[in-house]
Amino acid sequence: MTTKVEVKQLTKIFGKRIPKAKELLKEHKSKAEILEATGATVGVDQANFKVNAGEIFVIMGLSGSGKSTLIRMINRLIEPTDGQILIDDQDLMTLDKKALLEVRRKKMSMVFQNFALFPNRTILENTGYGLEVQGVEKTVRDKKSHDALELVGLHGYDNEYPQQLSGGMQQRVGLARALANDAEILLMDEAFSALDPLNRKDMQDELLDLQETMHKTIIFISHDLNEALRIGDRIMIMRDGEVVQTGTPEEILTHPANHYVERFIEDVDRTKLLTAANVMIRPNTVNIDKDGPRIAIRRMRDNDISSIYVIDSNRKFVGFADADDVIKLIQDNNPDLRSVVQTNVPETTADTPVRDLIEKISTTPIPFAVLDDQHRLVGIIVRGAVLGAIAGNEVNA
Amino acid sequence: MLPLISQLPLADWINEFVDWLTQFTGFFNGITTGIGAVVDLFQWFFDLLPQWLFILIILGLTYWATRPARKWTLLGFELLGLLLIWNLGFWRDMTQTLTLVLTSSLIALIIGIPLGILMAKSKTFEAIMKPILDLMQTMPAFVYLIPAVAFFGIGMVPGVIASVIFAMPPTVRMTNLGIRQVPADLIEAADSYGSTGWQKLIKVQLPLAKSTLMAGVNQSMMLALSMVVIASMIGAMGLGTQVYFAVGRNDAGSGFTSGLAIVILAIILDRMTQAFNKKKN
Repeated sequence: MTTKVEVKQLTKIFGKRIPKAKELLKEHKSKAEILEATGATVGVDQANFKVNAGEIFVIMGLSGSGKSTLIRMINRLIEPTDGQILIDDQDLMTLDKKALLEVRRKKMSMVFQNFALFPNRTILENTGYGLEVQGVEKTVRDKKSHDALELVGLHGYDNEYPQQLSGGMQQRVGLARALANDAEILLMDEAFSALDPLNRKDMQDELLDLQETMHKTIIFISHDLNEALRIGDRIMIMRDGEVVQTGTPEEILTHPANHYVERFIEDVDRTKLLTAANVMIRPNTVNIDKDGPRIAIRRMRDNDISSIYVIDSNRKFVGFADADDVIKLIQDNNPDLRSVVQTNVPETTADTPVRDLIEKISTTPIPFAVLDDQHRLVGIIVRGAVLGAIAGNEVNA
Repeated sequence: MLPLISQLPLADWINEFVDWLTQFTGFFNGITTGIGAVVDLFQWFFDLLPQWLFILIILGLTYWATRPARKWTLLGFELLGLLLIWNLGFWRDMTQTLTLVLTSSLIALIIGIPLGILMAKSKTFEAIMKPILDLMQTMPAFVYLIPAVAFFGIGMVPGVIASVIFAMPPTVRMTNLGIRQVPADLIEAADSYGSTGWQKLIKVQLPLAKSTLMAGVNQSMMLALSMVVIASMIGAMGLGTQVYFAVGRNDAGSGFTSGLAIVILAIILDRMTQAFNKKKN
């Protein structure tokens, strides 16, 4: 395995009196002591790690752990105080401004937590931004951007503007923008954290699928252990600006380096780790305020299902309708779905551990409805998915 | 204590400085010629247009800029307002004032936007510029009319210069503000894809600062219009001259009518620049 990115003793100190703070850091003083003595804040403390070509390397930590600072030092959006960043054995710290631009253009692309799409540009123009600043000709650029958009599953939105797209779709554009200029390294800063659980899972799957053919070197920042375990080939855990442990998910789960990691991964038995959000699937719904029985039956037929979930115009959950009852309505020429909606559906919330659902789920024939705090339907849980998840299979929404 | 220190000869120093500046007559003549050419060009164009065509053009531009919302009240106001100005015999004064305002705004834009950009890029420059802008806006205009006449003679040009000094600050400030308001993650995105400073400015910062910047331009234009009476004292012709004369003759009626013409012009200019700004977004 070749090393693509190597980081040595990388340090970032914010504030004044940095030389003094650096000295204290070398003497192994704690962050708090340095803050007291100099007023400077240590963002990242002498981080060392290697990322192999073609792997997904997840940097994991709670907020304030320095992970966002760290990823921004890799392309020098934040200027490191000290240390080295080697990309293909070339030290980024020695580069002048022009050479740095070249590295940012050709070697790495970044995906941002809040998408960071340019509101004044169309989806296609957003995707082609990296190529545009390189001076790639418009026809070539548009072709590549279009292909990148297709790759992430966005068809026919080329000329729309970012505000017109949902969060999940916007982040697909963010990903397409990163893929369009063919960089070998992707820096993903909490790329999926702003998405709702189902979309997040979709995007994780998408990324894993793409990675199978692309073999990019991906440095992925996350604060979500489930996400890290799910997509990471290797995981590095950070705390207070320090690297605590680096290893494969298996290593981290079986040999936590210290008490902190241990607490982090505390009894990760799968049923506890997995929440309803991890095993729910997208429901087929009809809108009771708008759709009649014929729409309901067509939707069931199209999706090969024998029952359908009913919501109202505010996406609030109403209940559940069975195909037999709906067909009867149509025969009776009754246009109102309301009379056949069953409301005795088991309900749960997205953050309920799967463990708490198992018993109930094995006794009810109807899938669980997963509701958010405003009683809106965000997903459903079918029996097979839960059992599959416990057995270690992935659920495909 | 204070009487022990003799009075500072600040006024003398400024006089000496102004005297010293007068040796650069060539430079000031150059500016006078340049601005004079722009003024003449505008005036030549406005004199070329018959009144009815001018009115049609204004109505057409407004209609186009406010599409698809049809603002009949605005269009009606413009038509009646311009007809009134024509009827009162202020037409040429109005076009002269318009020339003064457009020339000053154009110059304020050409100088102000780059200054605003520099302020956004450099904290030091911002710190230097802020008091200068305050000075430009608060120093009574009469004060710089004196040197303006010394350097640029009398007529339209010193009027333009005085208007530019007073009207430029909003453009500078709003350009600075607009650029600084661009969300940090968009700047990071532009940087992370290897944009040069110039590319970042042209492709991201200016387009996103545009509506704020245009609000500044609108403000500058209004301020330039508010300078016309003062500018008329040093020979800048237009509606201001009419007001000035009316004051001299103690003639409330014609003072009020020429003032009304200024108001009509102001409203038309304001609504049109706002409409164009909205349209662009």
